[in-house]
Order: sequence, then C-alpha cells, then structure tokens
Amino acid sequence: MRPLTIPLMALALCSVSALVLSVTVGSAPVALADVWAVLAGQGNDLANTLVLELRVPRSVAAFVTGGLLAVAGALMQVLLRNPLADPYVLGLSGGAAVGALLAMLAGLGSVVVSGSAFAGALVATLMVFGLAHGTGSWTPSRLLLTGVVVASGWGAIITLMLAISPANRLPGMLYWLMGDMSYARAPWFALVVLVAVCLLVVPFGRSLNVLARGPMQAAALGVSVRPLEWTIYLVASLLTAVAVTTAGSIGFVGLIVPHMLRLVLGNDQRLILPACALAGGTLLTLADTLARTVIAPEQLPVGVITALIGVPTFLFLLYRSR
Amino acid sequence: MSALTTELLVIDIPGRADGRALDLDLQPGQVWGVLGPNGAGKTTLLHTLAGLRAPRSGQVRISGQPLAQMRRRAVAQQLGLIFQERQDGFPATVLETALIGRHPYLSPWRMEGAEEFQRANEALAALDVGHLKDRLVSTLSGGERQRVAIATVLTQAPDIWLADEPTNHLDLHHQSAVMALLNRQAQSGRTVFMCLHDLNMAARWCDHVLLLYPDGEACWGPAAEMLVPEALEALFNQPLAMATVNGAPVFVPIV
Repeated sequence: MRPLTIPLMALALCSVSALVLSVTVGSAPVALADVWAVLAGQGNDLANTLVLELRVPRSVAAFVTGGLLAVAGALMQVLLRNPLADPYVLGLSGGAAVGALLAMLAGLGSVVVSGSAFAGALVATLMVFGLAHGTGSWTPSRLLLTGVVVASGWGAIITLMLAISPANRLPGMLYWLMGDMSYARAPWFALVVLVAVCLLVVPFGRSLNVLARGPMQAAALGVSVRPLEWTIYLVASLLTAVAVTTAGSIGFVGLIVPHMLRLVLGNDQRLILPACALAGGTLLTLADTLARTVIAPEQLPVGVITALIGVPTFLFLLYRSR
Repeated sequence: MSALTTELLVIDIPGRADGRALDLDLQPGQVWGVLGPNGAGKTTLLHTLAGLRAPRSGQVRISGQPLAQMRRRAVAQQLGLIFQERQDGFPATVLETALIGRHPYLSPWRMEGAEEFQRANEALAALDVGHLKDRLVSTLSGGERQRVAIATVLTQAPDIWLADEPTNHLDLHHQSAVMALLNRQAQSGRTVFMCLHDLNMAARWCDHVLLLYPDGEACWGPAAEMLVPEALEALFNQPLAMATVNGAPVFVPIV
C-alpha cells in the first residue's frame, strides 16, 4: 500500500492553519483566544459580528473556491490529456463573465450578479457540449478546439461590454473579471458541492488514472470511456460554475495547483484530486488574506495575488523536477 | 469451448469493399498469426475483435457470448490487447503502468494490495524490465517500453491475448523471448492472436495463420497449409525464396 494519507494529512494541516490565519488577520486583528471564544459561543458582540459574519464566511468562501477550481482543473487536464487545460479552457468563465457583466451593466445587486454568472456558465457549458458533439466523431481535441473558439467569442463580447459601459461601473466589472472575493458571502452550498464531489471522485480515481493513458488503452482495460468522459466534463463544469459564481473568474489556481501537486506527489488521481481540494483552498485562502491586508482598507483583486504567489512557486518546482 | 469466434465478420475500413467475411474459430491453446501488407486491416481487425471498433457487419463472440452485449469490464477480464502505438499522457512509473493491468478486477473502492503488486512485479521480471520499475516510462527506450506494455497485459492475465506486432522495437534476443512467453501462455490453455510482419516468426511460432489481402480478401488455416511461397508472394507482391532451417521454413525476399 502506498501511504496516501501522509500528504493529505500534511495538506489538511496547512489548510487549517491558513483558515485560522485568515480569520485572525485583517484591518482589525482578532486574537486567537477571541476567535475561540466566539466559536465556543462566549464572544462579545463586536467579535461575534467580525468573526461569524465577515471573516469566517469569506475565509471559507476563498478556501472552497480555490478547492473547486483546483479539482476542476485537474479533471480537465485528465479529460483533455493536455497539461495546459484549466477550468476556463472551454470558455466557461467567458459565459459566466458575460452573465455577470450584463447584470452589473443593468445595475443589479450582487445576488443577481451571481445568479446571472451561474446561468452564463451553464449556457457556455451546454453550448460547447452541443457543438463538440456535432455530427462527426467526438475527440478531446475537437472539444478543446470548440471550447477555445467559443471562449474567444465570449472574450470579444466582454471587451465590447467593457467598451460601452459607463465609467462608474468599470472598476467593479474589472474586479469581477480578475476575481473578487468581496461578493462572497454564502459559501455553504459551494462547500457541500466540493465535499460531495471529492467523495464521488475517489472511487472513480483509478478509472481516471487509466483514462490518462489514452482512451483506447482505457477501453481495453475495461473503462467505459465515453460515459466517463462526459461525466468528468459535466462535473468539472459544475465545479467551475459554482466557483465562478462565488468569486468571479480567478485565474491560475486551476492550472497551477494540479501541476504543483503532480510534480511533488506523482500522478495518482485518487491522491491528486483530494490534495487539489486542500492545496487549492489553502492557496486561495492565503492569497485572499494578503489581498485584503496588503493595502488595507483597500482590497486587491485576489487573482493578482494568486498569480504573484503561484508563478514563482511553480517555476521553482518545475526547475527542480526530473 | 471456443475462446473467440467471429460470425460473418466484416471489418470496417472506409472505402473498401466487404471482401470475404471472416468465420474464425480460435480455440484455447492456439497461437494465431495475422499476416498482410501495410493497410490490409490487421490493426483494425484486432481492435474489432477487442470491441474497440464496431464491425461493418457480423459479430464477435467471446466464450460464446456476443461481444457487443458485454460490459467493457467483463471483456477486459477475458481479453487483453498489446497496442502497436501508445500515448504517454501524464508521467507514470513502470510499476504504475504494469499495475493498471489489474484495473478490470478491482472494485472502485479497492486500492491495489499486496497481491496486485506481486503480480505486477512478477510480470515486469518476466519481461526483463523489473530493474526499471521506479523509472518513468517516458525515459525508457522503445524496446523497453514495448516490454512494459507486454508486462501490463501479463499482469492483466487475460485468457485471450491480442497482440499488434508484439516484437516491434525489440532486439533479437527479446523478440525470441517475447514469442516464447506468448507460446507458454498458449500452452497453459490461453489463446494468442497476433499481427506480425516477420514471416519467419509466424513460421516458427504460430500454429494457425490468417492472410489478409489489401482488397479485403482473406484465407486462414493451419500454418503449414498457409505458409507456402506462392501464397505469400501474392500476398506481399514480393518474390521469395524458401529454405528449411532447424525444421522450420525460412522465407527470404529476393530482388
């Protein structure tokens, strides 16, 4: 037996530390003892509000979003057998962004923006699904090409919308496009999705390992390739849609976290997928903590921070790898 | 009982006439060789027998059961395929690659245990790649990769072996070693069906031969009846000389 649990325990420890750090640090620091008191139900009103209504939801939202994106990225890379795949490669974030920006352009509130983003993500998913199905045979490269072309179409619409938007709405739109946690308030649904998917993909893990060797080899070893591929596509799309709805399109986490983990832990999906959930969550929690403290009380788009942390870490691991 | 039979099977090669439908009957213990020029449909036939491609017409039965109605997992428990071409995909070690041969037998929740590791290690040792087990497959030579691929099917331990040019990339010694290994599989009651380019390998190791012609025609039967110079010269459009070495026919191209 390979010791799968040791890296997962270590990552779980990192996750808890990141969450604790994120709850205690901020424009108004909260001592660890106060956090404990609040969680035990003995805090004062100010600490209660700060911890339970502001910090904890936001930290959990950041964690869950990072986890969703990293798992979705890992799944997309297996599905397309392409190391450059990320959750957005098939144009899902573009659809979500168009939905969100339309709602912002209409001056609607953040709940409508989230709902509209989710609807946009679903439209984008179904569109690529239908077009890639087409009349000919289905291949990952056809899905990839369809997705990339559809994504550039969304990109053009986004640029058009930004160009015609009134100047006072532009900052909010740009923040959303770069990923913005300040909308995130109710991460509990996303959390349930993340946990459920992690439990569901573990029994599929070995089939995914075989699928990573190519569809013919997988079929020869008893995998029903087509149903498995569509399942991966739909699950990864759902994860990404939930993530985008929670926090806008945060780049980089879904591409870099799975690769970092593969460089360190090997390529067993049964280990990589839960590890992605923990490591992606940790990375985004830390990034969001930085994003709201570096120039507090102003906040930076969290996507900027993930890239600034992620790029050097990834390059270092790649440089060191075999 | 037959291991694998085909009933009026016509493989689907785009733009080609049906030719002769195949009524093959592969028995346990037999070693079949498929010979034919490039593009005659040898690989397509293997993939059709494995259920990876649909035939144009006719059907394949495995142990009497129609292949088209079997679940992929049940097929993989009885039939293994050595591919001619492989994708590397993500990096994987030699041992991990051999271990996936156990995939058809493990339930989704089960991890590979001591038994699976033992089978994989034995298979790698049998193919002379045991010392490479911690290397990444992408760092191996072509012949070593080919042996790892065969070790994966040995780990899978199917009753029916389909092999697409199993001696590809192998040096002389390992060519013979692999053919001897496939023969031992047949002697222990399994069935081997392989595409070959080397007539002399077929003459030395196969008891049955199927000749596939580019226009879809085919003939099959015991090796001694099939491997005659006239038939082979017509098959490959190549004049041949025949000699007998150590009791087996040897064919050499002339001109």
